[in-house]
Amino acid sequence: MYRYDEYDQSIVDARVDEFRDQVERRLSGQLTEDQFKPLRLMNGLYLQLHAYMLRVAVPYGTLDSRQMRMLAHIARTYDRGYGHFTTRQNIQFNWIKLADAPDILAELATVEMHAIQTSGNCIRNISADQYAGASADEVADPRPWAELIRQWSTFHPEFSYLPRKFKIAVIAAEEDRAAMRLHDIGIRLVAQDGGIGAQIYVGGGMGRTPMISHLIRDFVAADDLMSYLEACLRVYNRYGRRDNIYKARIKILLHEIGADEYRRQVEEEFVAVKQLGLDPPRAELERIAAMFAAPAFETGLSAHVERDDPDFAVWIDQNVRPHKAPGYAIVNVSLKPVGGIPGDASADQIDRLADLAQRYSFDELRVTHAQNIVLPHVRQRDLQDLWRALVEAGLAEPNLDLITDIIACPGLDYCSLANARSIPLAQKIATRFADRDRQRELGELKLKISGCINACGHHHAGHIGILGVDRKGTENYQLSLGGSGAEDVSLAKITGPGFDEDGVVDAIERVTDRYLAERKAGERFLDTYRRVGFAPFKEAIYG
Amino acid sequence: MAEAMLRFRDDEAQDEPAVTLDAFLGQSNATAVRLEAGEDARALVPHLDRLRLVEVSFPTFRDGRGYSSARILREAGYTGELRAAGDVLVDQLPLMRRCGFDGFAPQVPLDDAAVARALDRYAYRYQAAADDSVPVWKRRHG
Amino acid sequence: MRLLTGNDLATGDVVWWSGQGWSRHVEDAVDVGASGEAILQAEEGARRVNVPYLIDATPTPDGPRPAHIKDRIRALGPTVRPDLTLKPADPLAGNWVI
Repeated sequence: MYRYDEYDQSIVDARVDEFRDQVERRLSGQLTEDQFKPLRLMNGLYLQLHAYMLRVAVPYGTLDSRQMRMLAHIARTYDRGYGHFTTRQNIQFNWIKLADAPDILAELATVEMHAIQTSGNCIRNISADQYAGASADEVADPRPWAELIRQWSTFHPEFSYLPRKFKIAVIAAEEDRAAMRLHDIGIRLVAQDGGIGAQIYVGGGMGRTPMISHLIRDFVAADDLMSYLEACLRVYNRYGRRDNIYKARIKILLHEIGADEYRRQVEEEFVAVKQLGLDPPRAELERIAAMFAAPAFETGLSAHVERDDPDFAVWIDQNVRPHKAPGYAIVNVSLKPVGGIPGDASADQIDRLADLAQRYSFDELRVTHAQNIVLPHVRQRDLQDLWRALVEAGLAEPNLDLITDIIACPGLDYCSLANARSIPLAQKIATRFADRDRQRELGELKLKISGCINACGHHHAGHIGILGVDRKGTENYQLSLGGSGAEDVSLAKITGPGFDEDGVVDAIERVTDRYLAERKAGERFLDTYRRVGFAPFKEAIYG
Repeated sequence: MAEAMLRFRDDEAQDEPAVTLDAFLGQSNATAVRLEAGEDARALVPHLDRLRLVEVSFPTFRDGRGYSSARILREAGYTGELRAAGDVLVDQLPLMRRCGFDGFAPQVPLDDAAVARALDRYAYRYQAAADDSVPVWKRRHG
Repeated sequence: MRLLTGNDLATGDVVWWSGQGWSRHVEDAVDVGASGEAILQAEEGARRVNVPYLIDATPTPDGPRPAHIKDRIRALGPTVRPDLTLKPADPLAGNWVI
């Protein structure tokens, strides 16, 4: 895990002081809401329907137990006893008082956490593969690179008032577990000629106009990365559209001038920027990487797992993934109990997860973009004990990547931008498909719900996606099929006219029935959809 | 407006009015130019020697193009006054200073104490920019 | 009828103009009628409430019912957490929203 030195700590402490000053000026009336809004947003503080909401950064989704306990403490002390994990690996608290926000940030700073740039038209929290450092398929741990980018982007003087928000994800494997291709900049670490470098994809994004990113450079060496990103951002800051908020993301710039022209401008800018000495020495990456060194895995561990409890066996098959170290496993903790609120965890559950991480996972936890938690380094011989503890805490739902493992934004129950509620629909769908055998029979099926066009629930990337819209004052839901945020990235296609809440649940059932009727052995829903096409499903839905 | 001006330079303030970019490019003797947010700072690069003042316009504080304009001019070697004019707020001053601005003509006058607090707040900076701050990585590795 | 609503500057709580001041309960909201804009302007100046705005509502025996579902959810609280709404003892309170 990364550990702050005096510089990191000083910067975060100064930010608390600065925000305290800004809040005081707002409360005393020196700042108008119009002036304060971008300042509070740059520190993750929103005004939602019922209260202020504070989004706390979880850089590249990695936490230790001390930080996790602090999140539980904040939930209890300043909020209403729970938090919501988001699709960008952050956590949101829904019931914050403005006057408390500086104290919360001061408490977070004591455990090396903050809310810096979790909102606003700036470079947001850097996300990463949740299996970083644990999965055998990575060429390197992406987190040191993400930390390097975090530091470069923090209070970047030139890029704090961009045309629009800017999201960066870093992965290091062929398998894309972080929706990398749907980020403004997606980075995949690759090995080339004995060195590790960054493949740079630009111009992905969801929102109103979903787009898949373009490969802009197939290899940027570590020593050039900051200069290259500086060039990418400068071209965007200068030429991204500012006349229309819906056309201001970098994906629109690439769409309008073309990826080749964008690349040409970036390369030209890069040549100039590279002369300026902006790149940290290799020793800085090495300093950071040393803090992410693999924990002291035991050797000679048995890989045998007693599967005599059938519930345990189902959980293992569904939620546990292979680890790079023999005798270890990656455990996914689902925050999607059937009928629950996707991504929500109570303060007690957050504390419990901290305990379990300390006991079973070298003190490490990860947040996933699918709104689940990962315990990355668990001895296989501890799996059964861990599972029992998770069952007790209500955290052992065996549904990873199944139809009830739904991504859902907070929707109209909380969010001031939403047009329709997302959570009640997620609950209804999960309840309809609650039968575990049925879920497993359907196999991998990623269902994603957004309560408005901003697509925080990633509906464009859902094998089945749902978008909530406002139709003459009532909630209406559009169904779409065939999206993917993984390495086989694609954008979902809208099926046709929308439905009410019950109608969309029925429509999903007609889709899954048709899939079962059409599928060939070994095919996931997405595979069948891609093979047979849209028409049979459309016919199943609308008759 | 003059009393609202902030300058971080020792030389005399330029009193010649700044002309538009078009006027400047078509006229050889002007020494002060005003760059609108969407205008290309690189058009000035061949003429930096004769410039004493570049005024960069911020039509709204949300429009961040001027930050890039400033850096481009400083990176090209411009040493005259670089003035941020318009909707310039105290919370943006530290970022603007780092991009190379050394003069400020805010629409609404800024409180001196608030300016001093804002500029003194951060002891360390993560990244190198157009100012003389030593980036944290350099402090770590020399 | 027309209501004036917003969020309290310091707490973020949803509040409704009750004639003399602000209330957390939509039941206390009064019809601001044609004076809505004037009250809104005065209250914006007072800066107690963040972004106050006017909405349409229907009078009912139980009090005003905002025309739009978003404001009904604001008036009650999140429908998925009845325990956190303003009517935690009434499990069916969420039906009022729809």
